[in-house]
Amino acid sequence: MSAPLLRVTGLKKHFPVHRGLPSRVVGQVYAVDGVSFDIARGETLCLVGESGCGKSTVAKTVMRLLAPTAGTVALDGVDISRMGEAQLRAHRRQMQIVFQDPYSSLNPYLSAGAIVSEPLTNFELASGQELEQRVASLFERVGLRVDAVKKYPHEFSGGQRQRLGIARALAVKPSLIVADEPVSALDVSVQAQVLNLLIDLQEEFGLAYLFVSHDLAVVEHIGHRVAVMYLGRIVELAGNADLFGAALHPYSEALLAAAPVPDPELRRERMVLQGDVPSPMAPPPGCHFHTRCPYARERCRTETPPLQEVKPAHWVACHLRPVGGPFGQLTR
Amino acid sequence: MASEPEVAVTANAVLSVRDLRTHFLTRDGAVRAVDGVSFDVKRGETLCIVGESGCGKSVSALSIMRLIPENVGRSMAGSVRLEGTELTTLSERQMRAIRGNRISMIFQEPMTSLNPVLTVGAQIAESLRIHQRLPQRAAWERAVEMLAMVRIADPARRAADYPHQLSGGMRQRVMIAIALACNPQVLIADEPTTALDVTIQAQILNLMLELKQRLSTAIVLITHDLGVVAETAQRAIVMYAGRKVEEAPVAELFRNPLHPYTRGLINSIPRRTAAGRRTNIRGRLQEISGIVPSLREEIVGCAFAPRCSFAVERCSRERPALDPHAPEHLAACWEVARVAAAVR
Amino acid sequence: MAAVITAAVPAASSSLDWIRRNPTIVIGSTILGLFVAIALIAPWIAGDPLSFDPLNRLKRPSKEFWFGTDQFGRDVFSRVVYGTRISLIVGVSVAVIATVTGLLVGVLCGYYRRLDDIVMRVMDGLMAIPAILLAIALITLMKASLLIVVIAISIPEIPRVVRLVRSVVLSVRGLPYIEAAVASGARSRIIMTRHILPSTVAPLVVQSTYVCASAILIEAGLSFLGAGTPPEIPSWGNVISLGRAFFQISPWIIFFPGLMLAIAVLAINLVGDGLRDSLDPRIARRM
Repeated sequence: MSAPLLRVTGLKKHFPVHRGLPSRVVGQVYAVDGVSFDIARGETLCLVGESGCGKSTVAKTVMRLLAPTAGTVALDGVDISRMGEAQLRAHRRQMQIVFQDPYSSLNPYLSAGAIVSEPLTNFELASGQELEQRVASLFERVGLRVDAVKKYPHEFSGGQRQRLGIARALAVKPSLIVADEPVSALDVSVQAQVLNLLIDLQEEFGLAYLFVSHDLAVVEHIGHRVAVMYLGRIVELAGNADLFGAALHPYSEALLAAAPVPDPELRRERMVLQGDVPSPMAPPPGCHFHTRCPYARERCRTETPPLQEVKPAHWVACHLRPVGGPFGQLTR
Repeated sequence: MASEPEVAVTANAVLSVRDLRTHFLTRDGAVRAVDGVSFDVKRGETLCIVGESGCGKSVSALSIMRLIPENVGRSMAGSVRLEGTELTTLSERQMRAIRGNRISMIFQEPMTSLNPVLTVGAQIAESLRIHQRLPQRAAWERAVEMLAMVRIADPARRAADYPHQLSGGMRQRVMIAIALACNPQVLIADEPTTALDVTIQAQILNLMLELKQRLSTAIVLITHDLGVVAETAQRAIVMYAGRKVEEAPVAELFRNPLHPYTRGLINSIPRRTAAGRRTNIRGRLQEISGIVPSLREEIVGCAFAPRCSFAVERCSRERPALDPHAPEHLAACWEVARVAAAVR
Repeated sequence: MAAVITAAVPAASSSLDWIRRNPTIVIGSTILGLFVAIALIAPWIAGDPLSFDPLNRLKRPSKEFWFGTDQFGRDVFSRVVYGTRISLIVGVSVAVIATVTGLLVGVLCGYYRRLDDIVMRVMDGLMAIPAILLAIALITLMKASLLIVVIAISIPEIPRVVRLVRSVVLSVRGLPYIEAAVASGARSRIIMTRHILPSTVAPLVVQSTYVCASAILIEAGLSFLGAGTPPEIPSWGNVISLGRAFFQISPWIIFFPGLMLAIAVLAINLVGDGLRDSLDPRIARRM
């Protein structure tokens, strides 16, 4: 088997917390605390979790917009986690990013055409007439009118701006697009347009996506595999059908139960988690989830469960789910 | 402008809104944020108002509460009756006595609606002291009780906390406690869980529904999330471009949506259903092509016509009447028969 | 509601419309234009501001001497007209020097955080010294000349500009579009010039008008204290300073340059306020 397109191993990103005068480091925010996963070419891996679970930090660290505290990020077999900015630049072409906020992710002072052509100019991939042609075909491809190149971002609607962001990411023909909540700021009808576009582009260009989202319905729709994160760690990683059909981690189960389903005939007893997510500055010992887990045992409070492959291609970090074990309902 | 047929006032309506219009006068003309909306809220029911950003759902709520400042160049018309009291003609002083007492409102972002320099206990107590004239001590005790009612652990200690010391979910619980402190007949909740995580959203929605049962408060829940609608409401109103386009009991609305916009909305959400679970084959989502119309120009005919696949020539000419098509099921569409017959 | 209002972009309007919406800019710049015209055509409308005329000392304003004469018989009108030149030169030069230097330092500080730690401490130090004292000290150390005055006034203005630019840079550099630029291979120079610099222009233009107005005032103040422009140059401050002794018998010597000073500063501030409101409503909060 050849190397995966992206291999993330033991990735950690801690943010020091400064306080006082002169400022001293008084603690760390353990935003990402040991995360590993692979993405194959043409595959969509979704990172799902609640705010503060570190999913966006993973995305930014993979993109090297943040420097990792520990761990490696290998793109096509090359470790980019420690590279200097000059060396890194050559590898940036392979991965691009699409952001959540269609407003702040486009420079308001640049025309749409300038925004989309910038990556091409930066990497000296095209100039003059060829540049214009490539920008025009990108506009067409993402469903924008070609004569919109002269417009400025504020003249577009939210969905159109997101298409611009996608065109910018697509410009340098990357093999991986990191999409950080790309449809969360959009209305549902527009959200559908953008999701369809992302799926079409994936099929056409064989793109791989690292798709970060908090919306389970979107994740189920677009993901091939799904990683569920809680407080900086992956608690479950499985194929789409496995995760949505037979989630094994209690947190995944709770997350699935909590998401409202747009079908009144499916009103069901939900498993409602009690309490709040603990602070990532002082995550609880052992399994991070034990403070809210209805099935927690003594062992969960002291010992960190490793992420294990309990079924083929189904990884879970839970003491109550033994490798190859029978996976019945957990009991309190 | 075509006037809507007067909807018969439901006998047990606590809140009835008739032909509500809120226009904002800007330098470039009037923005018709709410353009003739009527509905009733029955005692103790949950009514959802659903729609996408800019459809006027929040402005409707603020207009009912009379919370839109006068100096922004707004013009308002229509009638809002709360148990027989006409709210639109009250003086600001009279309105203050009703707001937070007989009708209250919670917002999407609890942090900005709470006063950062007062303890949460003091903020709940304040409402009780103003409206129910409770003495300080009694108001505080009642505030602690309210915190216990919204299931905040250790309420006596939490009452002395400031908003920033609480998590987002707890702040929304505090907002609910403040809103319900005086036992209002109607609680308007404007996207109360949009800023919260799903597990916390589930907690808050459960809490709201449970308290509604206990206090028999009617809830008007404004949301963009059809999942929330399906799981909480008895009836729902769909708004588009400042107008009500459909109203129906929730089960009926999802089973048999009659307005093409409602239908498009329901079909464009990626759905998680046990039966139709996709494995590795990903279907395309149904899109609603085009974008929301500008509210700056007077919309002739049906506002949805330019995006509608059922539209005929009449739609862009004549504003469709909001007619009943099934018991309690209103839809504003000329082509209802064709829409209903079409395969979803 | 917010979505409705931001989604609709104000339509392009006629220039007449623009004038109606920005009355302060129009009034301010009309007055400023007059001042510039006066400064340009000074030799044709005014006599020699330096020639003594012992026979016509301390004359009241009259047909012959519109603004009267001072204790040496010099025509106050001519001195005030030539003073306009000095004031405008000082105001504009200080604004340009302080803005350009402040912009360079501010952008670099906002972008390179390590540089920031050092430079901002220096700026804090500069800001702690009262501007007028610093200027007096500099002028006493060197031989008084217009150039020295301009430099002395510029230095204490720089930290204010730096702080403004730096705060804009800091608020912009965390935005996703900067991250997008990094991800799409933009080098630091491109990020600074293409993505960060444009955001600083609007607040900087506004700030530079305030710098200009305050420079004119400080120059007048320094001259009044006798520590500014050399006394042989007829700046408004110098005229006022010399007229001070005769205030009770010949108030016109002080009144006319004082009036011009007030009008000039008012006009510049009007333009500044107008620009602030029309360029970007968000700036109002930032400043």
